[in-house]
Amino acid sequence: MIRLLLASLFALTLSLPARALDIQDVTTPGGLDAWLVEAHDIPFTALQISFKGGASLDAEGKRGAINLMAATLEEGAGDMSAQDFAAHEERLAANFGFDVNDDSLTISASMLSENRDAAVELLRQALINPRFDQSAVDRVRGQVQSIIASNAQDPSTVASRTFAKLAYGDHPYGSSINGTAETVAALTREDMFDAKTRVMSKDRMVISAVGDITAEELAPMLDRLLGDLPETGAQMPPAAKVELTGGVTTVDFDTPQSVVIFGQKGIGMDDPDFFAAFVLNQIVGAGGFSSRLMEQVREQRGLTYGIYTSLVDKDLAKTWQGSFASANAKAAEAIDVVRDEWAKAATGTVSDKELEDAKTYLTGAYPLRFDGNGQIAAILAGMQLSDMPMDYINTRNDKITAVTKDDIRRVAKRLMDVDDLRFVVVGQPEGLD
Amino acid sequence: MLRACLVTAISLCGVPALAADVSSFTLENGLQTVVIEDHRAPVVVQMVWYKTGSADEVRGKSGIAHYLEHLMFKGTDTLAAGELSKTVSANGGSDNAFTSYDYTAYFQRIAADRLPLIMKMEADRMHNLQISPDDWKTEREVILEERAQRTDSDPSALFAEQTNAAQYLNSPYGTPVIGWRDEMEGLTRDDAIAWYKRYYAPNNAVLVVAGDVTPEEVKSLAAEYYGPIAANTGLPERVRPQEPPQLAERRLSYADPRVAQPSVSRSYLAPERNPGDQKQAAALTVLAEILGGNSQTSVLGQKLIFGSGEAIYVGAHYSGLSVDQTTFTLSVLPAADVPLPEAEKALDRAIAEFMQEGVDSDRFDRIKTQIHAGEIYAQDNVQGLAQRYGAALASGFSIDDVQDWPDTLDEVTPDDVMAAAKLVLDKRHAVTGYLEPTTTKEVSQ
Repeated sequence: MIRLLLASLFALTLSLPARALDIQDVTTPGGLDAWLVEAHDIPFTALQISFKGGASLDAEGKRGAINLMAATLEEGAGDMSAQDFAAHEERLAANFGFDVNDDSLTISASMLSENRDAAVELLRQALINPRFDQSAVDRVRGQVQSIIASNAQDPSTVASRTFAKLAYGDHPYGSSINGTAETVAALTREDMFDAKTRVMSKDRMVISAVGDITAEELAPMLDRLLGDLPETGAQMPPAAKVELTGGVTTVDFDTPQSVVIFGQKGIGMDDPDFFAAFVLNQIVGAGGFSSRLMEQVREQRGLTYGIYTSLVDKDLAKTWQGSFASANAKAAEAIDVVRDEWAKAATGTVSDKELEDAKTYLTGAYPLRFDGNGQIAAILAGMQLSDMPMDYINTRNDKITAVTKDDIRRVAKRLMDVDDLRFVVVGQPEGLD
Repeated sequence: MLRACLVTAISLCGVPALAADVSSFTLENGLQTVVIEDHRAPVVVQMVWYKTGSADEVRGKSGIAHYLEHLMFKGTDTLAAGELSKTVSANGGSDNAFTSYDYTAYFQRIAADRLPLIMKMEADRMHNLQISPDDWKTEREVILEERAQRTDSDPSALFAEQTNAAQYLNSPYGTPVIGWRDEMEGLTRDDAIAWYKRYYAPNNAVLVVAGDVTPEEVKSLAAEYYGPIAANTGLPERVRPQEPPQLAERRLSYADPRVAQPSVSRSYLAPERNPGDQKQAAALTVLAEILGGNSQTSVLGQKLIFGSGEAIYVGAHYSGLSVDQTTFTLSVLPAADVPLPEAEKALDRAIAEFMQEGVDSDRFDRIKTQIHAGEIYAQDNVQGLAQRYGAALASGFSIDDVQDWPDTLDEVTPDDVMAAAKLVLDKRHAVTGYLEPTTTKEVSQ
């Protein structure tokens, strides 16, 4: 099925995909909705279940609760201790992952066909009957506290935290999903149950499955696995107001190389000019060795090992960010180069070749992402989280191909302004005013 | 017993199916080529692995293998600097390269119908590299920034570098792949060109092509593009300084203000996999899983995290794929307020108990199950398979060695594991290291 899609994409030489990936929309007897791609070549199935909202649904004063809860889900469930649970997972050769970020909590599972029912039953215990034993909560809390302490000493994390605080203020996006040493210390076992109910509810759930399973097998499996989750969870927080202003924020840090994050307001996928901005971002800073920033900052001047930008399209805030690291003696020069390039990009002038190369990369690379059951399951869940239609896979490359130089000029003038560009520098940069 | 049968069933279904899709041939100029077929998607991965890495460097020129890897993107007689990567990305593909102790590899991933394009360019830089007088100094700045980013900014990376240097008394594995900063600063264009001429040749490389391709197609393309490149008849033999018997335990302590979470590590000198003889390395691979593969179920996890509680994290690591002797490492992150000497004592106590208690049979069976299932899951990642073959062949192993490896792991017995543990877990050839903040907190009892 996958092959058919990709073959037809490429039959039209990297431009217009002619046929959709064969995604089945499965509705279970219990009323759950899932996207399925059958692929029977290898005897396993990748399943992804994501809950919209993620750590941003932490209750007031309970920052870090959802993160700690997600990390404790597999630390004992039903009549199994943490060790029993893990041993059982090994016995079945199943792999379960529990991951949380600003916008979603994700459970991913790889399960062999031969013992899939048993693996589903095990996972069900973690999702429906986690124990959150005090000893398990305390043990995982110790791990989280260690991560919080290490992050405070890590220049890259200090830079991204500082930038997030400047950009998003008091919105949940402005603080770490880990919480602080104080908030995490205060979390109780009851907070874990509450955090789970807030985020792991059917009304905010999306499901994808890819692999050796049919729709007839998937539907009852999902009802069994997820049917007992609560219907509704917490309210989504409001949109964040992006408060960035131009300038440089320096955080003094004793390290030989300054870490720099820069950014300004961005643009979301719901904006008609999103794809124009997406192509422009590719030209400016996302294109690796084809990008202007990599050419100017690394290739021409040797000021960094790498520089990248991206449109950060979070559910509740849109920014345009980039990052690099430069020796303290060179950071100021690198920032000047970035500013020059940003100002140049803001005029919206791109060459025909730049536009063409960016488009052929973006359209050609897209189908290459669909390689492997877990990868495809992650893409399908991500699409559902962003409320994208199933045929997006079909139409996405058309939207990129349609971007013109006029579109780019318009979006550049609308969005990019070097005077709005904020730099956060963590290190001991020399000659930076 | 039922479980044991199940395990065998997985093995019989999984492993041979994988092997059947792999074929190989060698061109007249000595270029060994491996083709891994995966027709699920019209994608191809090309990797060229050179059988040379940082461990082949002469003393005083550390980092030259990696520096040349960077300069390989600086153009040829017909390609401008950076043109190869730009061409790959303009065709929807991605490319990169990496250097290790034993090999240097270059790869692209792209739509399968673009294979001729990337083969042409990769073959071109195998023998026509041009490094312009303008580019080499700038690129030297880039590798220094890379070192700053990967190593100098990260106290645990600095500590690992120091530990490794203490581990090897004579082997070049004690020198970091990226190089020592002072020596990197002195690398020149001439050094890079000399390195290129000595080692970059078809008879010192392995080509791996994986994805939606047929062996016939790859053979014809490889003959067209790589076939005309002359072999290097003066290729040096791959003989490196070996470790003398290590008799004395070594201990290191590194304090850095950037450390928030202290740790204790133990690195033991350990035998590597050998072509045609992988049994001992297989036992060590299983041993690493038993001791520290999973925080919840491993011996160290159960004893130190769940049992006496001195640790919040434990790990054991062994990778046998190496030309010369390698390491078996253990690490412990102590719980808050557990001083490092106490964490080390707890580690030693846990190892001593394990040597007494031997291998738990349920744990052993579970690990075997994991190994078998790993072969099924591995089929979902064709680039991972390409990596597996390329790394092994570039390190002197045969395709048979690669394909025998899962079975060799399967044949490991608990006695093999304990014999390997007894051989390797010996402090006389170990380095024990403490990584801690500059000001150690007072412990109140």
